[in-house]
Amino acid sequence: MSRFADVYVKNNKYRINGDFHHMTPNLPIRDADNGMKLLGVTNPREMTYIHSYGGEAVFFESLSQGKLMATRCDSKNCDSKGVIYQPFRIHCPDCLGKNTIFDMTDIAKKTSKIYTFMVCERSGAFNILEKPIKFINIEFEGVPTILMSYMSLGEPKFGLKVVPIFKKQDPSYTIVDLSWVPAGTDKKDLPNGFSF
Amino acid sequence: MIKFSKEQLKAPRFLRPVYLVTAGQSKFDRAMPDKRTEEICVDALTMAAELINVSPAELKSYIHSCYYGHFADHFGDQLLGEALIHDRLGLDPLGNVGVKTGGATGGSTLWEAAKAVASGYSDCVLAMGWERMDEVPTDEGNFLISCAADKDWESPLGHIYTGYYAVMAQRYWQIFGKAEDSFRRTLAEISVKHHGYARMNPWAQAPMKITVDDVLNSPVVAYPLRALDCCLMSVGAACAIICDEETAMKLSKNSPHKPLRIWVTAGSHSLRPADRLNMEIPLLPNETAEQYKDMEKRFPGADRYPGFTGFLGARMCAHYAYGMTGIKDPTEDLDVIELHDAFTISDVQSYEDIGIRPYGQGRTYVESGDCYHTNPKTGKPGKLPSNLSGGLIGCMHAVGATGIMQAFEVASHLWNRWAEFHGDEKRWKKFDRQKPADWTDLQVKGAKRGLAISHAGVGSHVTCTVLMDPDHVIKKDA
Repeated sequence: MSRFADVYVKNNKYRINGDFHHMTPNLPIRDADNGMKLLGVTNPREMTYIHSYGGEAVFFESLSQGKLMATRCDSKNCDSKGVIYQPFRIHCPDCLGKNTIFDMTDIAKKTSKIYTFMVCERSGAFNILEKPIKFINIEFEGVPTILMSYMSLGEPKFGLKVVPIFKKQDPSYTIVDLSWVPAGTDKKDLPNGFSF
Repeated sequence: MIKFSKEQLKAPRFLRPVYLVTAGQSKFDRAMPDKRTEEICVDALTMAAELINVSPAELKSYIHSCYYGHFADHFGDQLLGEALIHDRLGLDPLGNVGVKTGGATGGSTLWEAAKAVASGYSDCVLAMGWERMDEVPTDEGNFLISCAADKDWESPLGHIYTGYYAVMAQRYWQIFGKAEDSFRRTLAEISVKHHGYARMNPWAQAPMKITVDDVLNSPVVAYPLRALDCCLMSVGAACAIICDEETAMKLSKNSPHKPLRIWVTAGSHSLRPADRLNMEIPLLPNETAEQYKDMEKRFPGADRYPGFTGFLGARMCAHYAYGMTGIKDPTEDLDVIELHDAFTISDVQSYEDIGIRPYGQGRTYVESGDCYHTNPKTGKPGKLPSNLSGGLIGCMHAVGATGIMQAFEVASHLWNRWAEFHGDEKRWKKFDRQKPADWTDLQVKGAKRGLAISHAGVGSHVTCTVLMDPDHVIKKDA
């Protein structure tokens, strides 16, 4: 009887439980044009990785609480002092000092616009987003970077005002907990589990 | 605003002349169930030996260190594949190192190999690249490719790299292409050209005689990009032998061609387009600040550089390469090029990044007919033919090998051996491919100088390989 792998941290050490891999037998690959001679084998493999968000963990935790966190360089003598980073950067790329973490949810609610977008008909294995996927890249007032995300409702176009929505119910604690809808969208129209 | 120091912008310099002596490649295909990776690497190396009329054993006796380009360990499901190939090629106990820079892996492998010779560490080196993209089906392959994006911020978004890339294409399409049908047809023309040239290339995986309408009617992958706008997933290997002058001459004593001078440079930019900061356009020798002053007026929305429409890494490797070799204007100074046409639209972006056309005007390189072997509008030779191999769209994208395949293609023109290599009936037969009845010799007559751009992901790594006939170098002390 297998059970899902789960992990917690105690004393800065991983404590693991459950099964981190599942065994599936390999099968022969045979050449149908050549007397079914052996050419190779399949290598099935299902394995759970353990991944730390490190200094970005607060960003992903905050999504589940309806907050969009960003960082800012506040180093006194840095040329990039005052630059806001969204995506969140732990360190300033200029001075390499530790950035200040702050909540930019209000900025996002008031100033987000679509810089570019793409409607993608295909996905890779393990995709959990509904197709077609509406990729959008969002610019914020006062922020020099442009965040990549996806749109859950409406049709994307350049300059469209959008607002963030957060998967507070059953969050995945990944970047897909953050999505966007056109400004003015009614909360009753939001996808299941999402709220403003 | 990104700023560069004078030290960071200086033209690189090799400490001694470096030569490409020979090169080789395996067949390229979507899958090769009948071959292990080592077999295709052996195919490439034995071909390189044949081209200069030496035995593989004799060629190997000159090699002092090895540089292996293999990007995706998880695709091939083999860590330290470099050690495995190195052993199978019988090159132990020479020093070797693996190189991994996404789609630019092949170009980066040449970069490392050339520097090893330029520094004096080795007099003769092997640059070998390969990729094995047939160990998983396409959906799973798309997942593995998406792992080259930021795993926390991008990859979970559909696990489809095309989507991360195509947002840039959308911006280019609407700002510089103005979403015009005529521009869409120009993009389609690139696919027609590259699949068409692939028909003349026995190594090529996707030869097709198609029309612009065929491209426009192919399935949408990420609008406006369609299936026939996209590069291939491939299996294959390619290699190059890089030497100092003395060794190049020794190895070439029975060779029908002379060794070529080679320079390789590299640039980079963020893995995530999201992180791109605004900056002034770094100018190439054939550009002025004046010509970009009214960009936003001519192209409303062109308010950022590189924004999502340019590739800073490509611009920087061109800046370094032109400074190193004395190229002032690529269209005037070069005879043939191979570009990294991951998508038709990125091919157009590259024309601008490396100065073939100014930013915003890339499409005119195609529309003028300059990019063709024979200009369809004039019937005369194209001014600067590109991707006569078929490129990544028509020939292959076996990632670790791609940049080396491009160098081989450019070299085959400079050696005046293109028809010999590509028209050989035995080769077509060996690859179990039908040589077309209308097979055409695409040799660029009198070609003396060429260039290849090898490009990773959304522009994280880009290399520029310049090859010149040693009697036609531009800068004597380069």
